[in-house]
Amino acid sequence: MGWFESGWGLSLVVFLPMVGAFAVLAIPKAKEEAQKQTAFLFALASFLLSVVVAFQFDYGALGDGSRYQLGTDLQWISAISSRYHIGIDGISLPLLVLSTFVTLLSVIYTWNHFPDPHNPKAFLALILVLATGMAGTFVALDLILFFVFFEVVLLPMYFMIGIWGDRNEVTLPVLRRTTEMRLYAAIKFFLFTLFGSAFMLLGFLALFFRSDMGLVGGTPGAHTFDIELLTEMGGMGVFAGGAAFWIFAALFLGFAVKVPMFPFHTWLPDAHTAAPTVGSVLLAAILLKLGTYAFVRISLPILPEEAESWAPAIAILAVIGIIYASLACLAQTDMKRLIAFSSVGHMGFVMLGIATLTDIGINAAIIGMVAHGVITGMLFFLAGSMSHRYHTREMARLGGNQKLMPIMGGILGFTAMASLGLPGLAGFWGEFMALLASFNPLEGLSLSLFRTLMILGAVGTVLTAGYMLWMLQKVNFGEPSAEWEGHDLHDVDRWEMAAWAPMLVAILGIGVFPRIVFGATNEAVIDVVDGIRAAIGV
Amino acid sequence: MIDYHALAPELLLAGTVLAVLTVDLLRVEKYWVAVVGLFGLFLSFIPVLTLGFCDTLTFCEDTGTRFLFGESYAVDSFSLVLKALFLGSAFVAVLLSVGYLESDRFWQGEFYFLMLSSVLGAVVMASSRDLVTIFVALELVTGPTFLMAGWRKGDPRSNEAMLKFFIIGVLSAALLLFGMSLVYGTTGELTFAGIRAEAAGIRGGDLEALFTVGVLFTLLGFAFKVSAVPFHFWTPDTYEGSPTPVTAYLSVVSKTAGFVGLLAICYLAFRDATFLWGPALWVLAAASMTVGNLAALRQTNIVRLLGYSSIAQGGFILVPFGAAVAAGVTDVQLEEAFFATVTYLLIYAFMNLGAFAVIIAGGNRLRSAEIGDWAGMFGYAPGLATMLAVFFFSLAGIPPLAGWFAKFVMFRAVLSVGGGWAAALAIIAAVNSVIAFVYYAKVVKSAFMDPAPEHVAVADLARMPTVPSLQFALVLTVAGVIVLGIFPGIIAEIGELTKTFASGF
Repeated sequence: MGWFESGWGLSLVVFLPMVGAFAVLAIPKAKEEAQKQTAFLFALASFLLSVVVAFQFDYGALGDGSRYQLGTDLQWISAISSRYHIGIDGISLPLLVLSTFVTLLSVIYTWNHFPDPHNPKAFLALILVLATGMAGTFVALDLILFFVFFEVVLLPMYFMIGIWGDRNEVTLPVLRRTTEMRLYAAIKFFLFTLFGSAFMLLGFLALFFRSDMGLVGGTPGAHTFDIELLTEMGGMGVFAGGAAFWIFAALFLGFAVKVPMFPFHTWLPDAHTAAPTVGSVLLAAILLKLGTYAFVRISLPILPEEAESWAPAIAILAVIGIIYASLACLAQTDMKRLIAFSSVGHMGFVMLGIATLTDIGINAAIIGMVAHGVITGMLFFLAGSMSHRYHTREMARLGGNQKLMPIMGGILGFTAMASLGLPGLAGFWGEFMALLASFNPLEGLSLSLFRTLMILGAVGTVLTAGYMLWMLQKVNFGEPSAEWEGHDLHDVDRWEMAAWAPMLVAILGIGVFPRIVFGATNEAVIDVVDGIRAAIGV
Repeated sequence: MIDYHALAPELLLAGTVLAVLTVDLLRVEKYWVAVVGLFGLFLSFIPVLTLGFCDTLTFCEDTGTRFLFGESYAVDSFSLVLKALFLGSAFVAVLLSVGYLESDRFWQGEFYFLMLSSVLGAVVMASSRDLVTIFVALELVTGPTFLMAGWRKGDPRSNEAMLKFFIIGVLSAALLLFGMSLVYGTTGELTFAGIRAEAAGIRGGDLEALFTVGVLFTLLGFAFKVSAVPFHFWTPDTYEGSPTPVTAYLSVVSKTAGFVGLLAICYLAFRDATFLWGPALWVLAAASMTVGNLAALRQTNIVRLLGYSSIAQGGFILVPFGAAVAAGVTDVQLEEAFFATVTYLLIYAFMNLGAFAVIIAGGNRLRSAEIGDWAGMFGYAPGLATMLAVFFFSLAGIPPLAGWFAKFVMFRAVLSVGGGWAAALAIIAAVNSVIAFVYYAKVVKSAFMDPAPEHVAVADLARMPTVPSLQFALVLTVAGVIVLGIFPGIIAEIGELTKTFASGF
């Protein structure tokens, strides 16, 4: 399978969904079953290929020098020296598999859950385009290629929220006009991300013009967008200096909006709440990871000195995010919005892990990303299915769900436990290890600060448990309200079961055998951390 | 002896202009005039190709840059690329006009005669290398468009459009001539090469002040043509009042011709005076982007919105010029800036023509340019609505649509210069590209997410076909925007060819 290893495998994983999107568009509007089957086949093919990639991946190869495997490096836009350079390492592999996995499950779930105004053709095509953007971001090793994939996800998500989203009216904060939730959330999501990524692009260009190929055996004076080469130059301290602060700031703006970190998070509750179920799942499970992944892939290795000086600020913002999100969750009455806010908190733990700049912390961040992907993805599936049945997301009215729908209630209980970080389930590792890492951050970072943050973070885990249990109590327990009598509330159907069972297995599997993630990430993470250590001399 | 091969595009186009007039005299269906025009444009495109690929063709004697009439007229890779752009854009503009002119009682033969004459001016503009030729070319581009703007004779708005355009056009021509005369007076030269050589001696001398005034007035003249803020006031009214195909033509061919003149003047004649035009165009770029975008936010008429959008886009195109504001800007950096402008112009032509094609197609059905009336289009005309989204998001610069690359090279040019002023311009441009998204998205939102208004007969509209010529134009532009967005290398290679121009002859 030489062709497969030389980049074709990864390229197929990335572009098959895009091809699928065009195939779906080519099918006449009336043939809905054919559209669904086509979308399913392409998503399945992409997922299976990503599993093959995971098996092809050589987990012990790091010693040989090249971190990135199964990739290729082809000419793309030679005039601006940007190349089609792709490849994966232990950091991107779990995220790549996660993205194809969640896409596949989303296609299955959506089979008979098309939100109004229906139109499966367009909806499926958008999911598939989104899949290409997400997978592409995780394999791109060229800043411009990365930028393009990073942005490709925006349009499908914009349409998904705007067309199929929540039709309840809201009053806009500043303009004092009422509009439908979906319209407000769609444009807000897009504008926030676009604002961040405009500055991110400026940051990329600034890196480009400060790079020098002469240092890595190329033409002296030539520039590059290649992440691998830039990482090497970053290790040599090429980018250190006054401008580096601003470059890091520009990148930070782009990535932090996407994560989202406090105080750039305000788009998230609106977008997640307004999006159709599958949209929320994909947003939470994958799109947020693009930001945190970018920190690990781009900001840290290329600008190690700046990463060190920004680390305290990032850690503080992360912990503010954790506490703030927990408190915000306690104030929610809408179940979906509560889950949305919980994402801000969980991503706070991920960012705290990254900010410690240690191998434990970054490992924690990656397993945290994967765990959050499956857990919060699952919670959004549940919230979607429940509001589909009850036609409300008000927790006060949902009480007694356990009695009305025992299986659904059981799954909700299980997933909520995972989300609050119960040991033995996936959510535990990310939170626990992030706190562990901040007990002992990278040498040179303020111990007292990080240990204070650790304590605050630990308070955050208690609050997380608090709001999750509070939600369970309100939604699952108690006696069903009289208003549901006579309603036909059918429990989990087979499409839902088909989509959810793999998620639940993953939650349990990662919880019991975290090695399936750490086994891939550890070597690559140590390599990143060693790079940072070497650059700042500790 | 005259190099007829080098002049072949112009000669064939001039022949087409005459042929169009002749066919108009015959008693045939008037759309044959358009067919002859399209054929002529296609025919003129062939020598552009043979000249471009001269080094690989056996019958062609490759002499590098071909100069004609002294140094007044040059055929080099820059002029060939731009000629190709003008001919291609005009081809699409004619396609847009056919259905529109057929749909009502318009004079048709004369319309194509005027449009092709104007294109001839644009093609000459690309090769002009002295003040007189460039002025003649510019007036040839503009003159016919005054009449075309007023083509809907019964409509007062169209008359207003024409009159405003005419008065401002004449004023800007006067300013331009005044500036050029001062430049000629101080340097004693008409050719760009000559001016550049003489300008070096003027610095620090008695004539410096006069020369400076000359340069600035020349820039001013072009600023009107490319509708840079604060010389843009004619643009929204003229765009809204003119027949929509004319607006498309104005916003692409005529505007690009203005930019080509500006490029030639700045990079050749005033090559060593970046300290004069750099700051001036920095200000114009920042103002055009900001004012154009902010004004566009408030528009409810889609054509007027695109009018302001094209002012803002003009600002983005000016940004690389403004980057030259930094002291000690090098040849390599100027080449980057030049490359960025040319690449932007090439991509802009595709997406803006496409946007107008959609507006004409939608306007045919709805008989309205109010954004509110476009609501719900995704329901009854999903194809058209999707193309609307493609072009508008391309204009907003969202990957993977071609517009992102235009924005990208623009940022790249600015950051390659570096320094505080350039960085400030980059930040202004970045903020503006976010603002711009709001109004482009507003139109898309209306078409995709709002319900169709009650007075729109959805069932009838769903059955209404799009004119074949318009379909052809849509397919051409949509394919261009998507393919160039995914493989921007194609356009970059073409832009790259023109780079040498920036360093002078």
